[in-house]
Amino acid sequence: MSFGQDGAEGVLRLEGITKRFGALVANDGISLTLHRGEVLALLGENGAGKTTLMNILFGHYVADQGSVSVFGQPLPPGQPKAALAAGVGMVHQHFTLAEQMSVLDNITLGTQSLWRLGLGQGAARARVAQLSRDFGLAVDPMARVADLSVGERQRVEILKALYRDARILILDEPTAVLTPQEAEALFQTLRLATARGLSVIFISHKLHEVMGHSDTCVVLRHGRVVGQVATRDTDRARLAAMMVGGDLAEASVAPGVAGPVRLSLRGVQAGPLRDVTLDLRGGQITGLAGVSGNGQAALADLIGGMRAPERGEMRIEGQAVTAWTPRAALAAGVGRIPEDRHKTGTVGDFSLAENAVLETYASRFARGGFVDWAAVRRHTEALISGYDVRCPGPEARIRLLSGGNMQKLILGRVLEEAPGILIANQPVRGLDVGAIAYVHAQLVAARDAGAAVLLISEDLDEVMGLSDEIHVISEGRLSPGFARGSLGPAQIGLWMAGQGFSDGGADAA
Amino acid sequence: MIEILLSASFWAAVLRIASPLIFATMGALICERAGVLNLGIEGIMVIGAFVGWMAVYLGLPLWGGVAVAFAAGAAIGLLHGILVVPFGLSQHVVGLGITLLATATAYFAYRLALPQVTTPPKIEPFQPWEVPLLSDLPLVGQALFAQTPLTYAAFACAGLVAFVLYRTPLGLALRAVGENPAAVEAQGVSVTGLRLGAVMVGSGLMAVGGSFLTLSAFSSFFFEMVNGRGWVCIALVVFGAWRPGKAVLGALLFAGFDALQIRLQQTPVGAVVPYQLFLMLPYVLSILALVVMSRRAQVPAALMVPYAKGER
Repeated sequence: MSFGQDGAEGVLRLEGITKRFGALVANDGISLTLHRGEVLALLGENGAGKTTLMNILFGHYVADQGSVSVFGQPLPPGQPKAALAAGVGMVHQHFTLAEQMSVLDNITLGTQSLWRLGLGQGAARARVAQLSRDFGLAVDPMARVADLSVGERQRVEILKALYRDARILILDEPTAVLTPQEAEALFQTLRLATARGLSVIFISHKLHEVMGHSDTCVVLRHGRVVGQVATRDTDRARLAAMMVGGDLAEASVAPGVAGPVRLSLRGVQAGPLRDVTLDLRGGQITGLAGVSGNGQAALADLIGGMRAPERGEMRIEGQAVTAWTPRAALAAGVGRIPEDRHKTGTVGDFSLAENAVLETYASRFARGGFVDWAAVRRHTEALISGYDVRCPGPEARIRLLSGGNMQKLILGRVLEEAPGILIANQPVRGLDVGAIAYVHAQLVAARDAGAAVLLISEDLDEVMGLSDEIHVISEGRLSPGFARGSLGPAQIGLWMAGQGFSDGGADAA
Repeated sequence: MIEILLSASFWAAVLRIASPLIFATMGALICERAGVLNLGIEGIMVIGAFVGWMAVYLGLPLWGGVAVAFAAGAAIGLLHGILVVPFGLSQHVVGLGITLLATATAYFAYRLALPQVTTPPKIEPFQPWEVPLLSDLPLVGQALFAQTPLTYAAFACAGLVAFVLYRTPLGLALRAVGENPAAVEAQGVSVTGLRLGAVMVGSGLMAVGGSFLTLSAFSSFFFEMVNGRGWVCIALVVFGAWRPGKAVLGALLFAGFDALQIRLQQTPVGAVVPYQLFLMLPYVLSILALVVMSRRAQVPAALMVPYAKGER
């Protein structure tokens, strides 16, 4: 591929962008140029300033210094409308769709004069259908957004931009919410777009995506550009080093020392779970591989006390479990790292301190029926320093923290209670390289301290890298346990597809 | 009972009672579709009733009174809108405050303007206008087509609101801003402008609903005349699941029960049963209907959620 027919100007040019939030410098003199037909990956850890930069470009924020020009024309700051008119389309990480309205309504919203009588949806519909075909974005224009999958919603967001004749697409962590297949389809769409002369910036911290699908990488760290390289001239290790500012030691986890069985399930039936048999041993990480939605959530809920066994036997430390509630699970020493840290892991508008004691305020931090706030504060401060949570302080609303820092607080909250059993459900989803390494190290440390860790993840590399024993879950059934290294990715994939189960999966011969 | 339901005068009364409710319900519906709960409605109706009447009393034509009422409502709507949209204050508190303020202002102004009177002065209100041909139809003619112009306007207004909401880009943007303001912002339309406009127009319609009472139903202004109609309209929006057509049905249903209870009081049953029970009837039945109807209603997702640019 060759760029640069558009000269040094490019289609989009950022010059010396600086943005401060109080004392924090989110963007520090950032300059970059995007060329016609180019896919530029903007890479950086959480908090490196990627999203801030794109919000300035799109007019959600006004930069303190610096300028943006599109096709050689300066873009007036702070006006999403001007950015749209100049041909910049943005796909936000959190979708901006009205859920109760149709796909077509969402796409045409704001594209015509508000004072016009009639919607003219016939023509709009034909145009959306044409764009869907041209860019491989299959979605029913008359469907209600609320009924769409996450992948389809993202397609609607892209269609919104294309419908407005966007020449530059900006995607903020587009694959964070997608299945691998959906992500592949997305990159296919981006290839079709660049073939038609569009330019793309996508924000990511997944190195394999950046390596596989970009032409140029721009790496941000602490609000500054620390490197700009042609993708073909670099590799994952060098990008990772640039992102974190030093070489990352390739994680190699020593095997754990298997201890006693802390939790056992025998023929348990609960919701979608069918006849599940599982042993979690102290000093071991048990990995659960599988495609999302095959019963992982039910298993996490079962062990976490949100769901009781309907049939079968559940024992903790050898004791048969009878009344099984979240409180009973906590009392039995089950620690939980929930799958969705925003929805179930934290209360967004509570402070860090309040979130830190959500599970212990009535026990450890109660003094005669009152909460001992002084102790809560000391405890939170200890967590903040002990687990390297970057935040304004214990009183800050947890909503304001980045995903990685939120997860570190959750991790601290759980590990400080020294749980005998730890359920880590997608513990590193959406985190950057540095935070991932940190979370993994903490899980291993908990294992070495004797905890039985259940690691649930859709990322096979993660499961295979950390686990001492691996189970595969498919349609609510659990495979037998496989010792570390005894099964390759291809064989695990077959189990994930439902082959090998004794009662026969969908594809069993 | 049957002869009541078959009389033209009953149905004429239903439409008459429903008219102010339809205006005000459309007003509340527009506000809520844009994401703003407007509990100022009760006070805005009082202001509308007073200002519209006063304008006509001072010599303006009747339609001039309606226009003045709309403008007064829109002005209060602007105050309400500024407090809850750019400032993002609690919509409950602001709304109830507006109701108290507007009601007290109307009463105070009435006393200032007419300090001496003991019996409220009268104006010449809207007279029934029989629609040519249609009003000659047997049964329905006199029931439906011999109303005051303001009643016809109420139904036309509901039709217009439905058309704008579902058939124009403005309505699309309005519904979207009540669902997800970020979606509107991302498409380059001003959230603040849309919401302020919706609250102003909605409040204007509420005031017109109030003015119906003094310009069409009665001929004078007196205290307590709005008498909770505003709150009924808030419930009617829920009853109608935020849809204009169903909300009009709800208004007709409520008006039907109201017209029925007045007539039942005059039957032999009414001689035995305390009249207060009849007065309760429309409210009790409306609550029951509300429970049934609003089960599966889709509340605008961003109702009562202030929008601040760039916040997560």
